[in-house]
Amino acid sequence: MAVRLFFKEKWFYLLILAFALTVPFLVPGRYFFQIIIMSCLYAMATLSMNLILGYTGQASLAHAGFFGIGAYGVGLMTKAGISFWAALPVSALLAAFIGLLIGLPTLRTRGSYFAIATLCFGVIVSIIAGSWVSLTGGYTGVVGIPKPTPIPFPVIGKLSFNSLTAQYYLVLAFLLLTLFVMHRLVFSLQGLSFMAIRNNEALADAVGINTFATKILSFVIANFFAGLSGGIYASLIGSISPSTASYMLTFNWLVYLLLGGVATLSGPIIGAFAIPVLMENLQFLEEYRLLIFGVLLIVVIIFSPRGLMGVIESVWNKSKAKNPVRKAGGEYAAEGGKPDQAI
Amino acid sequence: MDLFLQQILNGIMLGSTYAVVALGLTLVFGILHIPNFAHGHLYMLGGYVTFFFITLLGFGFWTAMISSMIILALIGILVERVVYRPLRDQPHINSFISAIGALMFLETFVVVAWGPQGQRIPNPYPNPVEIGGIILTQQRLLVIIAAIVLIVLLQLFLKKTTPGTTIEAVAQNREGAMLVGINVNRVSSMTFAISTATAAAAASLVAPIFMISPSMGALLGMKAFVIVILGGLGSVPGAIFGGYILGLIEALGGGYISADYKDVFAFGALILILAIRPTGLFGREEVG
Repeated sequence: MAVRLFFKEKWFYLLILAFALTVPFLVPGRYFFQIIIMSCLYAMATLSMNLILGYTGQASLAHAGFFGIGAYGVGLMTKAGISFWAALPVSALLAAFIGLLIGLPTLRTRGSYFAIATLCFGVIVSIIAGSWVSLTGGYTGVVGIPKPTPIPFPVIGKLSFNSLTAQYYLVLAFLLLTLFVMHRLVFSLQGLSFMAIRNNEALADAVGINTFATKILSFVIANFFAGLSGGIYASLIGSISPSTASYMLTFNWLVYLLLGGVATLSGPIIGAFAIPVLMENLQFLEEYRLLIFGVLLIVVIIFSPRGLMGVIESVWNKSKAKNPVRKAGGEYAAEGGKPDQAI
Repeated sequence: MDLFLQQILNGIMLGSTYAVVALGLTLVFGILHIPNFAHGHLYMLGGYVTFFFITLLGFGFWTAMISSMIILALIGILVERVVYRPLRDQPHINSFISAIGALMFLETFVVVAWGPQGQRIPNPYPNPVEIGGIILTQQRLLVIIAAIVLIVLLQLFLKKTTPGTTIEAVAQNREGAMLVGINVNRVSSMTFAISTATAAAAASLVAPIFMISPSMGALLGMKAFVIVILGGLGSVPGAIFGGYILGLIEALGGGYISADYKDVFAFGALILILAIRPTGLFGREEVG
């Protein structure tokens, strides 16, 4: 059913894709282009955070920690002369593996305990990044990280990543990859078991889902993509520091996720693009930015826990009330529960 | 030996702060089941309000501290009403996210109002005293004594007065408490007020020793959570002992092993303990 809906809307998505491909010709300047590239990276991170937090209902606040692990992995390895294309998957796998090690103890806990335990791990990562000076360069961080290694093509020659346009297409490709994987996951049986755990863990357990293994799987996949986005970040931005792994980054993504729409596929992307772009245009609010974010976060979680996409979706569903099909994340309806009861 | 004793005293002083802050949090988190993740930030705000009264209005240290406690109690009631009460019957994680919104607001508010740099409250009792060969300032001694007084007063309030026992009644059985006519909403407000007022007291007491800065709440809040989870949800003695133990671990670990990694020990211990006991050391019930 979900597939049918997807095909119905495919023209809409193709239009967005076409727009995304033409972005390099539309952006007004280098600075703004850089923001778009950052938004793509943060969209990847937010999308993967959405898997564990939104779809599986486990609020991992270590996400920036895993982003940082990926970033430091790529930064240190490429500076040591290893090709970016080898360092990136290795770093992402490292983030996933550490995620597994951390997930094994922490995912036994529930609710706010899990949030606090993962937050503690995130803080540990940034303390280590700041204190293990011989490896990480301490609080000055790692600078002068090389750009991604050029890819040689037989006919057109080398594809290098020195221009912003090439960098943009690189992150766009990875963003689409992340989105594709998330889409396949969420609409699979596995995705349904993630959501079953979110909606009612005891019930999911009772119908035969191995809840612990499922949560671990979701956590590891989410951290793999966090590491992946961190790795690309390190190479494109060229310098990293303990703030790359700071929990404030996790909180930012949480804002993108919650305002955009948690447990939707488009919400995290909308949040990760709309909020930074909006903030650039509201420079005069810079000082008050987090003040407004804080209030917005409270208002959204109280009145519309599923964010902007939640509002759009409920309007959409009302307008086609005849059609009982709901999109991913709308599975609450089948439970007969109030959609607002869980994120 | 002198260094050792000095570190022990430092640890006890740090631990006094942690114990008082964790005590407030254990009332709110353990008894009301509200994961008040902004607790550390309310502590920070308490320090700033005291700073405001002393430097701008010229209050004395004690008047400023009491005024700050009153103001923070009111802010605590407000936070409970606005941030947490609408989410009471929803999964904990929603309150947690709401708390993150609150702490972002509080931290930015202080940055906007007083600037991001650290501030110092003039030390009211800077003279050193000597106890058995160890020299410490009167203010440090004051922190230790005032914390004990606060803890004892709070204990007496919880055990011997009617409003105090209503808190315990709600902790034991929410529905039962409502049946015998206890206004649970009022108990929530009261518990929050006590919790934030004690946090403000702790912040005011140590503010003349350490600088106050907008970011000081975040780490302290996390440590308070670590203490509360390790010491057992809602357990008052657990929070007090946990606070002193964490203070000692930090002072000794920081003095003898590595000052850089002292926070890693505390947070690492939490992850380890949760690995063995997912509901905390003395946790009795599942918390969702």
